[in-house]
Amino acid sequence: MPRLSARFVRASMIYLLAGFTLGALMLAQDGISYYPAITAVLPVHIEFLLVGWLVQLAMGVAFWIFPRFGLGLPHSRGNETLIWTSFLLLNAGILTVALELWIPVALLIGRVLEAGAVIIYAASLWRRVKPHGGPA
Amino acid sequence: MPTLTRWFIKTSFVYLALALIAGLLLAIQSMFDLTALGGLFPIYIHLLVFGWLTQLVFGVVFWMFPKYSTEKPRGSEFLGWWTYALLNAGLLLRAIAEPIQSVQPNPITGWTLVISAVIQFLAGLTFVINSWNRVRVK
Repeated sequence: MPRLSARFVRASMIYLLAGFTLGALMLAQDGISYYPAITAVLPVHIEFLLVGWLVQLAMGVAFWIFPRFGLGLPHSRGNETLIWTSFLLLNAGILTVALELWIPVALLIGRVLEAGAVIIYAASLWRRVKPHGGPA
Repeated sequence: MPTLTRWFIKTSFVYLALALIAGLLLAIQSMFDLTALGGLFPIYIHLLVFGWLTQLVFGVVFWMFPKYSTEKPRGSEFLGWWTYALLNAGLLLRAIAEPIQSVQPNPITGWTLVISAVIQFLAGLTFVINSWNRVRVK
């Protein structure tokens, strides 16, 4: 697995644990009402598990296994600088969205960062959606 | 495909079917305004995203990720089975207790939800512990 995919996948696992932790705290609150304010973290729970875990895992695995531009060639997985940029923007976006609990405008800024990350990612991988060994 | 992966994937398909049935019940509930079916929405979402999607991912990761070692290519199979058991026990407890708790709260279903919360978290933790070192740079 390339280093960049490993970063995506490990980050996704951290969000999985963070999302599960928030979900467990909210579910326990439904059961025994120990701290009603905890339910406010619902949007962050959803963000961490949908974007942080599932979307990020898919992005990392796709970068790893999609057809390459020729084994052994430099840049066989496309422009890695752009994908690194996408990785950084995505994670900055997720963490910024999480700040919406305290700063409402953070939701908008975070979504812009996430959208930028996904557009850069899709544009970078676009030509790798091709038959194995075939032309882009 | 390893046995554990087959269990993860086949169980995930069962949850997919159950989630769609829950979705159908939600549609019936909104059409006929049935309050008796309270608390169904979170069950629908979690059957779909946790029972189906996440469980499917867990199974495929256990199967396809880089080998941990020659002797233990998939890490700890024992821990993998614990992940499977915890995920499904936690989700089933929740699916039973949450609708009852939303309509008629009581200590039994309340504490069942707490236990379910802990069990589901442990499912995620055991998955990450077992998979972390299989995320290898080559």
